[in-house]
Amino acid sequence: MKKKTSIVLTGVGGQGVITAANLLGKAAVNAKVGVFVSEIHGMAQRGGAVVCTVRMGDVSSPLLPSGTADVLMSMEPVEALRNICYVNKKTKVITDINPIIPFTVAVGGEQYPKVEEIFKELSAHAELFTVDALKIAKDAGAIITKNTVMLGALAASGVLPFTSDVLLETILEAVPEKYKDVNKKAFDGGMKAIKK
Amino acid sequence: MLFFFYHTQGNCASFTSMVLMMSEITEDKPGKQILLLGNEAITRGALEAGIDVATTYPGTPASEIADTFSAIAKEATRQNKDPGFYFQYSVNEKVALEVAAAASFCGLRSLTCMKHVGLNVASDTFMTYMYVGCRGGHIIVSADDPYCHSSQNEQDNRYYALFGGAPMLEPTTPQEAKEMTRIGFDISEKLSLPLLLRTTTRLNHARGPITLHALQQPRKKGFFKKDPLLVTVPATARAKHPVLLKQLEEAEKISEKSPFNEIITIGKPKDVGIVTSGVSYTYVKEMAEELNLNVKILKLGMTHPIPRAMCEKFISSCSSLVMVEELEPFLENQFKQLAYDIGADVKIYGKSTGHFSRLYEYTPDIVVDAFSKIFKVKTPFPKPIQSTLKAPRRPPSLCPGCPHRATYYAVKKAAPKDTVYPTDIGCYTLGKEPPLEIADVLLCMGSNAGMACGFSVATDQKIISFMGDSTFFHSGIPPIINAVHHNHDVVITVLDNRTTAMTGHQPHPGTPYDGMGRPAKLIKVEDVVRGCGIEHIEIVDPNKIKETTAAFKRAIEFKGPSVVISKSPCILLEVQRKRKAKEEIQLYQINQEICKRCKTCIGRFGCPALYFAEDGSVHIDAAQCNGCGNCAQVCPFGAISAEGTQ
Repeated sequence: MKKKTSIVLTGVGGQGVITAANLLGKAAVNAKVGVFVSEIHGMAQRGGAVVCTVRMGDVSSPLLPSGTADVLMSMEPVEALRNICYVNKKTKVITDINPIIPFTVAVGGEQYPKVEEIFKELSAHAELFTVDALKIAKDAGAIITKNTVMLGALAASGVLPFTSDVLLETILEAVPEKYKDVNKKAFDGGMKAIKK
Repeated sequence: MLFFFYHTQGNCASFTSMVLMMSEITEDKPGKQILLLGNEAITRGALEAGIDVATTYPGTPASEIADTFSAIAKEATRQNKDPGFYFQYSVNEKVALEVAAAASFCGLRSLTCMKHVGLNVASDTFMTYMYVGCRGGHIIVSADDPYCHSSQNEQDNRYYALFGGAPMLEPTTPQEAKEMTRIGFDISEKLSLPLLLRTTTRLNHARGPITLHALQQPRKKGFFKKDPLLVTVPATARAKHPVLLKQLEEAEKISEKSPFNEIITIGKPKDVGIVTSGVSYTYVKEMAEELNLNVKILKLGMTHPIPRAMCEKFISSCSSLVMVEELEPFLENQFKQLAYDIGADVKIYGKSTGHFSRLYEYTPDIVVDAFSKIFKVKTPFPKPIQSTLKAPRRPPSLCPGCPHRATYYAVKKAAPKDTVYPTDIGCYTLGKEPPLEIADVLLCMGSNAGMACGFSVATDQKIISFMGDSTFFHSGIPPIINAVHHNHDVVITVLDNRTTAMTGHQPHPGTPYDGMGRPAKLIKVEDVVRGCGIEHIEIVDPNKIKETTAAFKRAIEFKGPSVVISKSPCILLEVQRKRKAKEEIQLYQINQEICKRCKTCIGRFGCPALYFAEDGSVHIDAAQCNGCGNCAQVCPFGAISAEGTQ
């Protein structure tokens, strides 16, 4: 059987989902693992929902069939729920716990489900890990490292076909000198959040 | 686009990685592997072919091809170096194609990239360009958008290749996109025909490992050798059409030998074949493997002209054929024709048998579903879970602090009920969403003002149309002249935010610099409009909502065509400028004692930074607020005031 790893990354435009996907792709190239990353730009940037897929190993397609994600990593609870079609019992769902309420709730009268309900639903269908990435990023020294926290958590989940060091090095290569420390702290914080 | 994305809200890490990428993409290290976006790979392929002139009008999903040329050129300009090529964000796709065609006539290698609908704009040029032919290799990139991720339609531009007579390549992966661009220049030069590189969103916006080839030195300057056959008067055109048909015969010979057309076997195939092209191939290959099928796949990379002999041989070797291609039955119909011509006894499954759709983007799910029906096998994947909990929709919206929102709010205050609002292509189309709901009809770039003219004839309702500044230069000027000449009673609004915002803040003729980062002549919208003969012009700052409302009232009262120029920079650029200049960003707060919860700020103005707390009180999310202060202007009770900074 061919070895494949499929990761779905989701969140809200501006949260750094595409950046995270790009860094995973770069890490795979650095580790000499085959990789395809898919992202949708365009109108999604104006605060819309964003989905990226990262597929590694012996893969041909940048997209994955439903129900076959190894990990669903979400920067926002309801975005994890929106992409539940990708999970199966063995999928690890790693999500940040801090909701970003879409304007359709304030203006359009739609409902944002209770966060506990979302988590209940996700854990009924997959293995759920919740991370307060916002707090960990704050503690690390910069809120903008939230996606680095999530990548740390992803690395600790053990599904990546390369070591967490490869990913961390790839991230550190990409950040300016003065942000290396914060990003390292954020990454470590994310890793610890998963290793209970 | 990437610059914008990261600067506004994201991770400063990414901005740097973009810079790193810039140096990687221009590295002359053959054999090195780097991760590139499909669009970046196309730019790299052009550099490896010694590109001389690149032109575009920005449009998703094509934008990053040109933005990468722009970033390389800007960096060179900053360092006072020659990037080796000339690059231009042209005023529209038609002009972009003509600029690059002229370079090709001088023997230079040129590339023009655009989104699929851009080729409609350039189609007048495109069709006759095939008769005339090119000299230096010329690649025209069409980025199609199945599923309309960011477009007004999902037209299949492969028909343009057939329609005009252009050779066409369709890549399946970023690596192949680079190779097809690099080799495409040679094919174009050999045939003296511009070549269509047809891509789709899922290729443009997919990243994959790219193996670099050596960079080729550009030719830089050419020489225009005159030839009467370049002047397409009727007699020349009649002489050139048979030449084009001959060139296409030559193209077919290239197609027969092209390594981009190949047969891949899965399992132990006998007489079952699959024909596919583009990104669909990647789904076909992986799903055929997952389902343990025994099939041979004819993967077509050069899809116009198709390699007739190769295809006929493939058809003859099969008892059944499955056609897998997104959108229209472009290959399917040609294969049916071939099967008929050779009298083949073959069953062809595809769109006509209902196994595949002419709609939207394909996915592995769609392919596996069709395969399981055709091959009568079970899908190995679990059934997708459908949640009982409903996720609220999260469509894109105008940003907090967007000046368009303020303009729209003022218009709604000024305009009578039943006013018709023709709109156009850009961020401002998002005014369609509640609570503003100020977009009534949209066709294409520049269509707002043309339709405004027609509405003024057909109805007594007031007409106020909207277009952005980049759209104004692209195709908004002729309809204004039309409005003046025919004295149509319309208000045409130019939402002038000093940039091409939607596609990633590219410059346009209204900005004081060009795509290479060089100073450029700034053309003022008001000067152009005045020159067109508009007598009533209002220039307003939309962030002064009362004044803007009054200006629109005057424009509505004016009998005849009037233009309102609503001028305020894109809030994302403004925030970026303030951060760079270390200026503070003013924040706003709601005094809960004064607030009457009348919902004007949320229910009518609709800034996404405002929200209801669980107890029904209204608050401003400091993390989202960009400090425009317009909510303070719309609050009827004066409950919102400046407090604190970001």
